[in-house]
Amino acid sequence: MTESPAAATPHIAVRQLTMAYDDFVIQRDLDFVVRRGEVFIVMGGSGCGKTTLLKHMIGLKAPASGDVLYDGQSFWQATDEERDAVKRRFGVLFQGGALWSSMTLAENVGLPLKLYTSLGPAEIRDVTAYKLALVGLAGFEQYYPSELSGGMRKRAGLARAIALDPEILYFDEPSAGLDPVSARLLDELILELRDSLGTTIVVVTHELASIFAIGDNAVFLDGAAKRQLAVGNPRELRDSSTDERVRSFLHRAASDGQRPAAGVH
Amino acid sequence: MAAPATLDARRDADGTLTVSLAGDWLLTSPLPATADLFAALAADPPARIVLDGSGLGRWDTALAAALVALSRAAEAATIPVDAGSLPAGAERLRKLALAVPERSDARRASAHVGLAGQVGRAALRILAAVTELLAFIGVCVQSLGRLFRGRATYQRSDLMLAIQEAGAESLPIVSLISFLIGMIFAFVGVRQLEQFGAGIYVADLVAVAMIREMAPIMTAIIMAGRTGAAYAAGLGTMKVNEEIDALSSLGVNPVDFLVLPRLLALIVMLPVLTLYGSLLGIAGGAFVSLVMLDVSFVQYAAQTADALGLSSLLGGLFKAFVYGSLVAVAGCQQGMACGDSAMAVGQATTRAVVMGIVLIIVSAAILTVIYITLDI
Repeated sequence: MTESPAAATPHIAVRQLTMAYDDFVIQRDLDFVVRRGEVFIVMGGSGCGKTTLLKHMIGLKAPASGDVLYDGQSFWQATDEERDAVKRRFGVLFQGGALWSSMTLAENVGLPLKLYTSLGPAEIRDVTAYKLALVGLAGFEQYYPSELSGGMRKRAGLARAIALDPEILYFDEPSAGLDPVSARLLDELILELRDSLGTTIVVVTHELASIFAIGDNAVFLDGAAKRQLAVGNPRELRDSSTDERVRSFLHRAASDGQRPAAGVH
Repeated sequence: MAAPATLDARRDADGTLTVSLAGDWLLTSPLPATADLFAALAADPPARIVLDGSGLGRWDTALAAALVALSRAAEAATIPVDAGSLPAGAERLRKLALAVPERSDARRASAHVGLAGQVGRAALRILAAVTELLAFIGVCVQSLGRLFRGRATYQRSDLMLAIQEAGAESLPIVSLISFLIGMIFAFVGVRQLEQFGAGIYVADLVAVAMIREMAPIMTAIIMAGRTGAAYAAGLGTMKVNEEIDALSSLGVNPVDFLVLPRLLALIVMLPVLTLYGSLLGIAGGAFVSLVMLDVSFVQYAAQTADALGLSSLLGGLFKAFVYGSLVAVAGCQQGMACGDSAMAVGQATTRAVVMGIVLIIVSAAILTVIYITLDI
């Protein structure tokens, strides 16, 4: 069998992935691909397993069955060392930023550089200052995470996620807890990173504004059906998905079996 | 002044039950009992229920909750409910609460568990805790293996900080406790041994007791409360805050990066602190003896030196090494296994201290038997 050309091998491929906590299945047989350089959205209602899917893609939780392939290379069949090597190719922005609270922002952003590059202290300081400036936090090097607001922590988390110029960036609910303006600025930053560095971006979110503003492609997970209902461009899904649940989610309307919109409070 | 809330049920000849609600139905005022009405509904279901709210004054959630409970009971007995004359707002709230049927799998059975069941569950929990602890010890040994092969990723500065926190910063409390323990032993010894004219042997008693038993065990218990608890709380908070996930996603092994420095710090520092505590305990004993007995400092020092052999010293330090490992493992294991809430951090901290102290005492008993058998 000949090796397929690099262009035809999907950048990230989720294959027949079943996720479960012990015996409780969250999602079954997820199957989709993320192409290089696109912004891919994982969407769905609260509690449908979006964040759990992210944990499977970044190696925090092993699948019940199925696999994730990075450039055709298996992620979950690999040894721990091989998996750690793949992990260094991506950056992750966690929901609350997940900054290491015992370290300053400079140390937070500098740690990946210190561990995985041969840069000296002075160069690390320069790179750190540059990354913090990119997210609008120039001058905050010596602050501890506890001294920052939620939005600033999130941006600092982004600076840490992009410290090693990752090929792939994962975002877990980037706009959760942000005001609409900050959320839009973060969306713009995400697009900017994609356009200038060619980074592939995977975003877990249920914010419709973000989904339509930045998403090239998306997968829709349904918590009740425990499977993916649709894959495709979010705007096209909104207008022409054959599944009523997908359309109503993207139109912000309730579908059958869901709670009717409450008129009282 | 609020009019009292009343609830009346009137049954007509055609089987219609008219439930009249009147007065002010407020959470802050006394409400009529509804148990009789529900019992009557279940015992002798009427053909239909008519809700009559024409006499209602002010109302709030108290009314809505009563209406929903009544409607659910009627629903269960498949009795139609006519809500003709309720206030419009109360009727809307009632409909809203009834719009989504109760999810059959959502309600948790709060079943009563008997004594035997509770004992059984507690036993299973202990078994699970022991299994987890043993598994974690295995993980730590693997991590130590990586350390010796030079393949563990951790920061030397973290190790130094952990050593400072477990070592130098514990000196005041260890000094105080050890000195007092030495004094207590000397008091007891002086009282008893003087009766036989053997007061000088207080020096032997204090020195041997401190070095072989008391200094290791007291220092370890102090460290379980001080450092073990800090490890559990620190790591638990990092877990809740996704900080440990952030390390893993960077391809860093969190055990190597976080547990290893803490483990090494306690394993190294507990014997050192024990040695220091022994010396202060002996000093405390000497202080009491010199005041209460007719001995000179030189005599006391010579007697102490005679009493101490190398085997006592090494035996005590080995105990400290064992206790230090156990306290660190208990603290780190509870921290790393912490749940995802603020409450879980508190529980993990409590468990770390309890587990640490239990492990210290159990291993002390085992080590004492081994020492006696081997005649150390």
